[in-house]
Amino acid sequence: MDYGLDKKSNSLKTFNTLFIVIWLLIACFPFIWTFWGSFKVRADFFSRADWWYAITAFNTLIETGVRFTTEAYSGAWFEGEFWKASRNTIIVTISVVSISLFLGTLGAYALSRSTKNYAFWILIIALIFRAMPHITLVSGYLFPFFQLQIWGILPTTIVVLVAINQPFTLWLLYSFFKTVPKELDESALIDGCSYFQTFRHIIMPVMWPGVITAGLFSLMLAYNDFTVTALLLNQENHTMVPKIQSYLGTNQHEGNLMWAVSSVVSATAPLFLLVMFFQRQIISGLTAGAVKG
Amino acid sequence: MPNRSFFWFFLPAGLAMILFIGLPIISTGIQSFYAQHDQILVKVKKCDPFGCKVSVVVDQEATSKIKGEKPLGKFNGFGTYVDRNHLATNQVSEFWGESKSIGEFVNKVGNLPFYKALVFTLTYCVIVTPCVLLLGFIIALSLNAVSRKIRGPLIFGTILPMIVTPLVGSLVLFWMIDAEGIIGANLQIMMNDPYLSVKSSKSLTWITIIIYGIWHHSPFAFVVFYAALQTVPQEPLEASIIDGASRFQRVKHIVLPHIYPVVTFVALISLMDNFRVFEPIIGFSAEGSAQSLSWLIYDNLVNEEVILFGSAAATSIMTIIGISIILAPVLIRTWREFRTNR
Repeated sequence: MDYGLDKKSNSLKTFNTLFIVIWLLIACFPFIWTFWGSFKVRADFFSRADWWYAITAFNTLIETGVRFTTEAYSGAWFEGEFWKASRNTIIVTISVVSISLFLGTLGAYALSRSTKNYAFWILIIALIFRAMPHITLVSGYLFPFFQLQIWGILPTTIVVLVAINQPFTLWLLYSFFKTVPKELDESALIDGCSYFQTFRHIIMPVMWPGVITAGLFSLMLAYNDFTVTALLLNQENHTMVPKIQSYLGTNQHEGNLMWAVSSVVSATAPLFLLVMFFQRQIISGLTAGAVKG
Repeated sequence: MPNRSFFWFFLPAGLAMILFIGLPIISTGIQSFYAQHDQILVKVKKCDPFGCKVSVVVDQEATSKIKGEKPLGKFNGFGTYVDRNHLATNQVSEFWGESKSIGEFVNKVGNLPFYKALVFTLTYCVIVTPCVLLLGFIIALSLNAVSRKIRGPLIFGTILPMIVTPLVGSLVLFWMIDAEGIIGANLQIMMNDPYLSVKSSKSLTWITIIIYGIWHHSPFAFVVFYAALQTVPQEPLEASIIDGASRFQRVKHIVLPHIYPVVTFVALISLMDNFRVFEPIIGFSAEGSAQSLSWLIYDNLVNEEVILFGSAAATSIMTIIGISIILAPVLIRTWREFRTNR
């Protein structure tokens, strides 16, 4: 808000800057600290004697001979089989994003172009479904999945994540499709296109920004999910987040806690890069539903 | 769009939601009326040179046979809902009879697992949601006053806590506040108490999880408020400056009314998300002193011996009822708007 008339006093400016600096410190420091600590040995990052060791790398120097060690990473990725978890995450994420965008664009387009009452009710039901805690849904899945013997495998989890993701994707894409003028598809329909042709050749080409935003959110949901993946996948098929939790559970290994630290960094880094590149889309997505009402 | 095309367009998404959201809710409802089978016990008489003993053992064969016939378990009606781990009606009425004061009664009821979790979940929601709204709004206001050139990186830094999964976010904080981590160790030095540990005290654990919740959710409120602030009309603001309105008055009388619809939206979304709090409890290893409704369900589902489907389902149904109560005012309002618009 740069109002020509609005003169800010110096003290207010200082106070504002100070507040932002403190907030950014609170928001970012934990990640920087964890990143730094992931290159140390456990005795330094979780130092019983003196937390300053985490900075001077006192024990790391003694144990490994260098100040920065990648021991935790190699341990987690190879010995802890984190590579398998990240492979599973990639499979799950890509499948969930592509399937849920396919279903979501079709459904949201129909919702945005329908003037009937039922379209409104479907959106309301989607909102209710969006509010369901995932764990309550999982408690509904487990028993039938055991009976059908489809528990523990990746395809089941992918389908479940797509479904859980649908309400939000529908709402998001619905608000994007609403911004595309109806005249556009009406003229195409008059020219003899079928609804699907209109959708495919007229609407989709102008919808890319919305699709990218929706895709990013599906990606974050699938990538970040813990509830569904931890309970619906067996040990072998675990994705990254439940894998991190499994490193915490077993404390016999001295290395395990550092494995968790390094895998937290490994799992977070791609996400941060992604957000850095697509920040604008994510923010427009978060506000799409809100600002337009 | 004609009904026919609507149907085909919506079919895949609708089918996915019915099969994997609608049906599971029904399945949860059905499961909640069943409980796992009792083990079938048989008396076995064993005789050895020193005499005969009658011992009771589990008849494995019969137990697994009945499990195979009725995998859902035995019908229990509302039994699971009222047992000690859920609504505990018997215990509550017992406590009501024997407690001398209301305080004692509340205290006793608060120690029953379900009520304990309910109290934590509600406390978390009630404290975190307003704090998130407030902090998000303040950050949005103050970032909005910064020069446009450096806003991009500042926004990136601000939304970091939101984009990591709650488990990772809480772990990252937990490692710092741990007695062996940077903040925990410094707190010990500051308080001059070498045994101070967040883990050991119930109230400290609650405070930590609540602070984590505010840290994690504020960026979301910030982003929405920030976008809404961009749409605030300039003319009334300039007019109010000329009329001599103070900064606070301008925010109160012009900015807030303008973004009011967005505030309710953010409040609703964070309330829904806060109600399902459970990953931070795992991340902070706080099971001992803080349990939420979602955590109770999780705990039943990862039970080592036998998965307590019935118990988890009963808690789930009650959680769903809780969510509906939270959602009800919004749904009623939307419905009214819809009717007047028509």
